[in-house]
Amino acid sequence: MRHDVPGQRDYRYKGVSKVQERVLMKGNEALAEAAIRAGCRHYFGYPITPQTEVAAYMAKRMPKIGGTFLQAESEIAAINMVLGAASAGVRAMTSSSSPGISLKCEGISYIVGSDLPCLIVDVMRGGPGLGGIQPSQADYWQVTRALGHGDAHVLVYAPSTVQEMVDLVVKAYETAERYRLPAVLLADGMLGQMMEPVTFPEEGAHAPIEKPWAVTGHQNARKHNIINSLFLKPDELEERVKSRFLRYEQIKKSEQLAEETMTEDADIIVVAYGASARIAMNAVKAARADGVKAGLIRPVTLWPFPTDVLQKSAKQAKQFLCVEMSMGQMVDDVRLTLEGSRPVHFYGRTGGIIPTPAEVLAEINKLAKD
Amino acid sequence: MTTNILLAGFGGQGILFAGKVLAYSGLAEDKQVSWLPSYGPEMRGGTANCSVCISDEPIGSPLVLSPDILVAMNTPSYDKFIDAVVPGGLAIVDSTLVDRKCARTDITVFYLPATGLANEKELQGLANIILVGKMIAERSFVSFESIDHAIDKCVPARKAHLVEANKRAIALGKSL
Repeated sequence: MRHDVPGQRDYRYKGVSKVQERVLMKGNEALAEAAIRAGCRHYFGYPITPQTEVAAYMAKRMPKIGGTFLQAESEIAAINMVLGAASAGVRAMTSSSSPGISLKCEGISYIVGSDLPCLIVDVMRGGPGLGGIQPSQADYWQVTRALGHGDAHVLVYAPSTVQEMVDLVVKAYETAERYRLPAVLLADGMLGQMMEPVTFPEEGAHAPIEKPWAVTGHQNARKHNIINSLFLKPDELEERVKSRFLRYEQIKKSEQLAEETMTEDADIIVVAYGASARIAMNAVKAARADGVKAGLIRPVTLWPFPTDVLQKSAKQAKQFLCVEMSMGQMVDDVRLTLEGSRPVHFYGRTGGIIPTPAEVLAEINKLAKD
Repeated sequence: MTTNILLAGFGGQGILFAGKVLAYSGLAEDKQVSWLPSYGPEMRGGTANCSVCISDEPIGSPLVLSPDILVAMNTPSYDKFIDAVVPGGLAIVDSTLVDRKCARTDITVFYLPATGLANEKELQGLANIILVGKMIAERSFVSFESIDHAIDKCVPARKAHLVEANKRAIALGKSL
């Protein structure tokens, strides 16, 4: 039932043996452990519900393995510490939830402008403002469009299980380093707080790559490396941005990930990511049981958006239904991708309310009757 | 087969712990499991609830809205969730704390004075586990061996002396 986009690297571990123990862990703790196993030794954060377990886990583990856990004085300080650590070429990380991510945006733009890889975790809660603390997906626009000022993009990975939180942390670090830009793991309160069985990769199986650009001590053995995001000459800045956009184009071509379920003969395709995709999956299965040809496309990367898989599915499907825990944000990308070739509908709940499978099923059935 | 369980009560009654024992017992049998707590201010003295799904198939939504099995350990939880139990489902109510009787005839309801019994039998704080014992006796979606194994896993090392008490609480619930 599970397919990745053809020709793309499988981000799930091949090396994990079945005999390896499955442990029950919260999403927040599992992603923290995954980062450590991926070689992250520098975590800078500030507590906020519903992601505080990430910081708590790092506070417990980092001192035992010679790593750095630092509770900064603010989210802004934490992201700038990530900038500093990433400049030195180490795997650095910060995590927060929606209001805290807004605070980090300036630093994230600087990191993009400095061409540095790092991992940023956003466990979304309701907004705007302080909003609420219950699960939400209302930061889609922010992370995919403008996580910082300037012509800037970051990689965005959207897990929908605790195991995938583990798998995508490693994938995020590897891809971020290959293309030299930040990666965001975009989860929500439900995924952060829930426990599911997980298996972990062996420690050190996914070590950081060589970084000849890093600002490390070298005793004059080479030319100084400079990490900087300030370019006062417009032609120089344009050149920098343009070369970054060549990498963005490459990322759009090679890094799209999505999962398709029962789309081969589907008339109605539901598009949902993260926690919403789990709810949509229940609804799609129930619709199939009622004889409605429904299928599910679950974007795993939100930037790059998995346009290939959606365009391919539009040859078969008659209509699309986007389901989100927001007032409708990813639906914009679905519409942009399909360029008006198919009707794209939307169903969502917001403010911390999780849509129910029954509500989504009712929407599918409504479309099936039209 | 999928069993959707909703445990609800006050913060401090061990609602989340009971859910964890159930989730670990499913894990011990190599099933798919999920455990989703309520979180935030309600955990600090207000109402707490916990969704547990145990299935042979991958779990979609981990949020249990229509439970096959409800455990209600206070009146607000009983009032909130008793009508959500699926027809044919099971509700286990701590009658020491819930002074209500259900009019529904399409579900099975047990009223057990678990909190009172826990105090009588020197199992203070283990009313939650007594109710789990009754649950497994009524709906054997996992074995009692797996529950024992789960208790060994879930009781933290610094509270290892409570493992035996937890197992006695399971046996007591089973016998009711």
